[in-house]
Amino acid sequence: MDIDTLVRLAQLVGAACFVLGLHLMNSPASARNGNLLSAGGMVVAVGATLVDLITRPGGVSGFGWAVIVIGFAIGGGLGLYTARTVKMTAMPQLVSLFNAVGGGAAALVAIDDFVRVAGSGQTATVSTTIFTVLDVVIGSVTFTGSLIASGKLQGLISGKPIIFPGSRILTIVLAILAVVATVVLVLGANGTFAIDGTVSVLVLALIIASACVFGVTMVLPIGGADMPVVISLLNAFTGTAVAMAGFVLVNPVLIISGALVGASGGILTKLMADAMNRSIINIMIGGFGGGEGTMGSAGGGATQVRSVSADDAAIQMAYASSVIIVPGYGLAVAQAQHACRELGELLESKGVDVKYAIHPVAGRMPGHMNVLLAEANVPYPLLKEMDDINPEFDRCDVALVVGANDVTNPAARRPGNPVSGMPILNVDHAKSIIVIKRSMGRGYAGIDNELYGNPKTGMLFADAKDGLNQLVAAVKAL
Amino acid sequence: MTDLLTQITIFVLAILVGFEVISKVPATLHTPLMSGANSIHGIVLVGGMIIAAGADNPLSYTLAFVAMVFGSANVVGGYVVTDRMLQMFKKKPAAPKPAAQA
Repeated sequence: MDIDTLVRLAQLVGAACFVLGLHLMNSPASARNGNLLSAGGMVVAVGATLVDLITRPGGVSGFGWAVIVIGFAIGGGLGLYTARTVKMTAMPQLVSLFNAVGGGAAALVAIDDFVRVAGSGQTATVSTTIFTVLDVVIGSVTFTGSLIASGKLQGLISGKPIIFPGSRILTIVLAILAVVATVVLVLGANGTFAIDGTVSVLVLALIIASACVFGVTMVLPIGGADMPVVISLLNAFTGTAVAMAGFVLVNPVLIISGALVGASGGILTKLMADAMNRSIINIMIGGFGGGEGTMGSAGGGATQVRSVSADDAAIQMAYASSVIIVPGYGLAVAQAQHACRELGELLESKGVDVKYAIHPVAGRMPGHMNVLLAEANVPYPLLKEMDDINPEFDRCDVALVVGANDVTNPAARRPGNPVSGMPILNVDHAKSIIVIKRSMGRGYAGIDNELYGNPKTGMLFADAKDGLNQLVAAVKAL
Repeated sequence: MTDLLTQITIFVLAILVGFEVISKVPATLHTPLMSGANSIHGIVLVGGMIIAAGADNPLSYTLAFVAMVFGSANVVGGYVVTDRMLQMFKKKPAAPKPAAQA
């Protein structure tokens, strides 16, 4: 067996480890081993590539090795440092950043291949040209789009939908430009007309430029609460770009890995969009009409709300037999996950059955709230998915809503308003409801939450962290 | 042409495997799943190595260098942060924090 076959077999082993690693992710108990297996597969695949480069006829130039080693040291160092220091609340922007660099790297690989073939005076085949252009377009859109998404999540760019005059026309023009340029390149590769190497590189540069701008104009108009969908979609894009890079380099392990990631991003995108009852297209076109509380109230008229003191709320919860805590993004913003866990433990020590109801879009990326609560040491069996917990609200004494808004609005069950049809947590089925909220401000959908006007609801007006701390103190004092 | 067909076959089958494996992952683990998938697309590092090895002019070296930095950050950072997240998922809190009684 020659070296080349061995290298390919080793890369196949790597790809198999990725699949098995993802498979082990289906339970929290085995997930960590799954990730380690996947990392092991990566070491095998990269190691095999190294062997391939060392043994290849002619070898690699000293400068080539320097690029590989120094590039790895710098990138790896940066990655390691960020991964070790990032706060769990900042996870969405980090994942978005990794999407950006992954997509960017995939685009660079195809660009290099294209420039080299063009420079050598040969013409690439039609299929290679198509894959190159797809890789470059998807990779570039992902690169700039993810950077913008990351900037929005980090607060460097306003999280509100940003729409400037003519942005939609610009997007359309860019798309047309990219398609025309692609057709030119493909026809050139086909030999329909002669295309000079330099010209084809310029045409590719045009495609890169329009894809980069397209990435920006695609993500700018999208509001903060739609971020779980955007991140998932960009994740799917990166995977696809990597798979396309695999086609360009004729490297099956890139194709397999890219396809796996594309599939995972695709599934998550669909789940997130379903959880908001919105189509992906609708989200891409822009937030709820600007997202700035411009919509009329769904219930009509000013609602009467009852406010409740921390002491009263504490008594209700401490003497309840079951409490369901409903955390939302407000909890993450206020960094209140530890206070939340403390309250939960305190109630449990008083014999109360405590569970956490997690809406699929709680937080800024899929599953974000679970990670935040896990970090605060909440045991994962207590974290319940929407479909599992919803029937339990009927039997629950107190539902405590912390920093969640639209996902608890009963108006979603009626047609004719911005949240209609969105799956919600049945908080209003609980015997009693306590909502910790700073003010009567509206959620992302820009409508009043009818839950707050419910006679069973008591509003505890406070910042999520303050409110929870008050409750903890009050329960202890009982 | 058969080569291309083989590649497309691999691509399509891998997507189907991905759908099958990933649709079983519970919502609790969606963030680590995405972060783990993120590390997997860091395999593009292999692409960076291949173009670095074939580079023979300043432009190629530059492109390969940036691709290497990007890909390595993606792989190393992705796996480390996923591991960091997953070790937090416990059935019971490891040690009841003193804060609970204090």
